[in-house]
Amino acid sequence: MISASQRLWRTSPLTYLALVLAALLSIYPFYYMLVIASRSLDNINDVPPPLTPGGAFGDNFGRVLDNDAANFLKGMMNSIIVSSVVTLSVVLTGSLAGFAFAKLKFRGSNALLLAIIVTMMIPTQMGLIPLWGMMQDLGWYDTLYAVTVPFLVSAFGVFMMRQYASQAISDELIEAGRVDGASTFRIYWSIVLPALRPAAGVLGLLTFMETWNSFLWPYAILSPENPTLQVSLSFLSYAYYTDYSQVFAATAIGTIPLVIVFLVFGRQIIGGIMEGAVKS
Amino acid sequence: MSLSATTARPSPAAPPSPDVSRRRRRGRLLNRLDVKYSPYLYIAPFFLIFGVFGLYPMLRTAWMSLHDWDMIGEHSFIGFDNYTRLFSDEYFWNALVNTFGMFALSTIPQLLLALFLANLLNRTFLRAKTFFRMAIFVPNVVSVAAVAIVFGMLFQREFGLFNWLLSFVGVDPVDWDGHRWSSWTAISTMVNWRWTGYNTLILLAGMQAIPKDLYEAAEIDGAGPWRQFWQITLPMLKPTFIFVVILSTIGGMQLFTEPLLFGNGNIIGGNQREFQTLAMYMYEMGIVNLNTAGYGAAVAWAIFMIIVVVSLFNFLLVRRTAK
Repeated sequence: MISASQRLWRTSPLTYLALVLAALLSIYPFYYMLVIASRSLDNINDVPPPLTPGGAFGDNFGRVLDNDAANFLKGMMNSIIVSSVVTLSVVLTGSLAGFAFAKLKFRGSNALLLAIIVTMMIPTQMGLIPLWGMMQDLGWYDTLYAVTVPFLVSAFGVFMMRQYASQAISDELIEAGRVDGASTFRIYWSIVLPALRPAAGVLGLLTFMETWNSFLWPYAILSPENPTLQVSLSFLSYAYYTDYSQVFAATAIGTIPLVIVFLVFGRQIIGGIMEGAVKS
Repeated sequence: MSLSATTARPSPAAPPSPDVSRRRRRGRLLNRLDVKYSPYLYIAPFFLIFGVFGLYPMLRTAWMSLHDWDMIGEHSFIGFDNYTRLFSDEYFWNALVNTFGMFALSTIPQLLLALFLANLLNRTFLRAKTFFRMAIFVPNVVSVAAVAIVFGMLFQREFGLFNWLLSFVGVDPVDWDGHRWSSWTAISTMVNWRWTGYNTLILLAGMQAIPKDLYEAAEIDGAGPWRQFWQITLPMLKPTFIFVVILSTIGGMQLFTEPLLFGNGNIIGGNQREFQTLAMYMYEMGIVNLNTAGYGAAVAWAIFMIIVVVSLFNFLLVRRTAK
């Protein structure tokens, strides 16, 4: 006999139909991107529009690389550098501060944690104009410092690591480290950080994706000669709007790595997002 | 005080030599300092960097907004003139209307759809759970720039897929970036596509935290699925829903990249400012036109105040209706 709630929440074919439809709508634009990216230029203005991939991807991507105005490779390199540095820093500073808030006693810790949570509610765009001026004054306009340094820490990162550390690490473990004469930093490095690895992984993935995809600030502070990947894509699409094959080939190359990362780590990423939602 | 008390305490075992005991004492002192003060070192990076690149610029925005501020040259204090100027600035009102129009067109259908999908994904015996969750979330993984480029082509006048599909139902090709309503629709479609899955997952997480025995009790009392959704799921989901609504409000009021790229990088958003948002107007006034930076800063604070008011309004609305 099945229980009441099991009967209530059974899945009908209609449920699957709706979910499959939603999944198709979610995935279709990726597919479309690959279709256009792999079609020759004469193909894409056909009516009806092409619906299956062609064989011209190499050609199209070759045009991206030959296009000096797009600075695509430079953008790719810049994005890899900036995203890696920011990710590493957010995970390290986040876990260090999260550990301190979760497991160490110090004066004012509650008020300071509250301050961090409050900053999560402030829209970053609020400081855009003065920040732009500050970068000019620092001589950081059009440098990678401008798109890296302000993002080396994240309030969300601190908060997430604190939540995880307070559950995953027992006080006894830290006491044991102290009895053995380890310094606080030693305890962080050899006991806490390894224990935080699952949460650090999710935070790292989210940070990497966010940094890789960020647009507004790099667009404001970098020139087309020294872009990040997203900035390069945007200039490519303004300037070569008739050559969609080329633009889409570039867009696909900039997107596929993230999709692969997501296919590999999707379960953890989704778990992290859903867990964060329940706790906040 | 406390330090000297500790060092004066006689150690239980007699020290073998004065040299070792001094080292030990110094070790204990360092240990105390470490326990007491090192936590501040660990949280310092956040406060340092956030202070310089987050908090300071924000306060400076307020300061700038009270000036006739030229980024390259002079600035003179003018009090609240920039703010009063907002009221008679037709471009500001235009951007305000556009922002709210696109906000409504994206948030309302998006949240309803997310609620519906989350309810489907919450079924007990759903097969391929992970697949559906990932498929619905994957649009959020792509950059806004890529989304805007791909949808820009889908919404093209001559060869775009949407116009091609419309031709089947006998609708003439739409000039998507030529009118207010059509450009709002196109831009909101991008936003909806990118964020529905994210909101679905957050709502799903909220749904899964609802105790199952509530439903069993309701079932025994004879309540059908629909009634249970209204009387158990929705009220219990209220905190999560408020969270999602406020996040969407913050995002919606700051809409920038989609309309910018939809208009091929034109900061005024279409020939007649059909889809210029508040954030774009701020950028135009503060960064494209360096000599009106003070006015741009006032627009920034106006956006912030609008976010606060709209969030508060939504918060009260959701709290009332879900009672």
